[in-house]
Amino acid sequence: MSEKKKTTMEILREKVEELLRTDRLPHVWCPGCGIGIVLNAFLRAFIRAKMDPNKLVVVSGIGCTGRTAGYVNVDSFHTTHGRAIPFATGIKFARPELNVVVFSGDGDLFAIGGNHFINAARRNHDILVIAVNNFTYGMTGGQHGPTTPTGAYTTTTPYGNPDRPFNIPHLAISLGVPYVARWTTYHLMQLQNSIYTALHRKGFRVIEIISQCPTVYGRRNEMKNPLDMMEYFRKFSIRKDDATAEEMELTYNGKIVVGVFRDVQGIPTYEERYEELLRRAQK
Amino acid sequence: MKPGYYFWSGDIAVAEGAIFAGCRFYAGYPITPSSEIAERMALRLPQVGGKFIEMEDEIGSIAAIIGASWAGEKAMTATSGPGISLMNENIGLAVMTEVPIVVVNAMRGAPSTGLPTLVSQGDFMQARWGSHGSYEIISYYPDSVQETFDLMLDAFNSAERYRVPVMFLLDAMLAHMYEKIYVPPEDSVERVERKRPTKPPGEQLIYEADEDLIPPMPRIGDGYKIHASGLTHNEKGYPELTPQAQERLVRRLNEKIRKHQEKIWKVEEYRTEDADVIVVAMGSNARAVRTAVDAARNEGIKAGLLRPITIWPFPYKYIEKYSVDYIVAEINYGQIYHVVREYADNKVELLPKMGGELHTPQEILHALRRYKK
Repeated sequence: MSEKKKTTMEILREKVEELLRTDRLPHVWCPGCGIGIVLNAFLRAFIRAKMDPNKLVVVSGIGCTGRTAGYVNVDSFHTTHGRAIPFATGIKFARPELNVVVFSGDGDLFAIGGNHFINAARRNHDILVIAVNNFTYGMTGGQHGPTTPTGAYTTTTPYGNPDRPFNIPHLAISLGVPYVARWTTYHLMQLQNSIYTALHRKGFRVIEIISQCPTVYGRRNEMKNPLDMMEYFRKFSIRKDDATAEEMELTYNGKIVVGVFRDVQGIPTYEERYEELLRRAQK
Repeated sequence: MKPGYYFWSGDIAVAEGAIFAGCRFYAGYPITPSSEIAERMALRLPQVGGKFIEMEDEIGSIAAIIGASWAGEKAMTATSGPGISLMNENIGLAVMTEVPIVVVNAMRGAPSTGLPTLVSQGDFMQARWGSHGSYEIISYYPDSVQETFDLMLDAFNSAERYRVPVMFLLDAMLAHMYEKIYVPPEDSVERVERKRPTKPPGEQLIYEADEDLIPPMPRIGDGYKIHASGLTHNEKGYPELTPQAQERLVRRLNEKIRKHQEKIWKVEEYRTEDADVIVVAMGSNARAVRTAVDAARNEGIKAGLLRPITIWPFPYKYIEKYSVDYIVAEINYGQIYHVVREYADNKVELLPKMGGELHTPQEILHALRRYKK
């Protein structure tokens, strides 16, 4: 009896599973959560890029997305809240041949870790940042964060959010980041392609992914069910690569402008500039 | 650095001692009175192929050196009290995930911004338990520029051997004081490297400790698929949030230091053999005490100096060894005093000073004169 030939999907699934710590499943993420979609897109892009998993390092901070490092079957670090980027900086600067990816959430990267984000971006470290933006602090029960749209309801904004959210692509572009993109979990193929491209680029690369958190965000904002949020992403997102800063702004239940907003090559990375410095110092 | 004699400050001796010990990665943020360490590292590390980076703050600095250590480098940072306050969360991460790093604290007047340019010894307890939780750490504190250079080797060796952050204490006086020092030949010392896994990837559990309670440490990029988390974890490195896993892990993290403490202890005993009274003093303050002990001896007072060079784990057996009265002279309002009281048989007196200057030998002598027979 001959074995049934495996389908392409089965082969891909096996390859994805090789990159997951399947002995840690089930994961902590809620049913309907978007983080798994992002992780899957990342792993598929990585498989397509045919890069060496032994040279891949995934660093996460704290929070729901911060748990990602715990599920990838490569060198992976679950660090302190907000500090994934400087931790990754130490790894990359010490060993530039490693492929360093920071996988973390909006609160971790832009509130408590905001100072590290802007400074690492400014220095242009050769690090890929996968920033999952679910508009809220999910792990602690749905408080408002640095990306919660003005007017949104969360456990700490029971009368609507008076705060103003970060415009992440605009922030990254202002810092000279060479690769800046935004997608939603609805844009599975575009996201995968974007990660694939970013894996081949050098320097600080930022991909923001708008992701659904039906459990603690959606249900307080009239999108109780995961599909409601995905439907919102589908209906309200517009691709516009040349979007202005104003157009990139996210508003409460408003339009979501997605696309590759910046893709510039040839900007020297911090690690490259340091190599030059080493040559001067050792003359 | 070529072997020979140099005229260096404590800060320069820290940097040169670190490079001599094999440190090739420094991340830091300027702060008085430790900034000259960063300046020296910025100049010298590139010459030996090392990496220097000035980070955006102290939190980023310590996170970067923990990452660099996992990447295989001997890594350090240096700061002062306010910077240590910021670093403490990640010192806990390095303790929990067992990462060798060296953190230098040039102590200055405190609390808060305090006396940036002036001496203090207010950070002993912060060095021990500044991060949350119950843990053991190693801490050294030299009293001269020469000893600063020499002890940096011990600091790196202990960090590597026990997979633990080493808090290297210095004070504003020592940091900025210049003295003649001798640099020995490169090959005249033993440099310890962390234990590497003996099993191939796939068979090696990341946190499987040997008999000495210390697990071998794989390096990023070698195929071990390391997972390290600040969460309570099992031998695989996977989070295991149970009282049983907590008991197993935290007990081992403490015991791996306690078990080896006698090898870690370094103490100077100066004229203590026949003493009636012993002054316990540390760092540059011990220099004034040494002068006072000599003066007291000239007056017929049997005084001695006990100087813990290893501050943590505290070398308590040296306190237990003498059945004498102790005077603890420290530049704070009583920290090591409480530890000495825990182990002393007789009277323990505190001679505090709030900071800004050291004790004068006269102040110590005044206290010792009550022991004149």
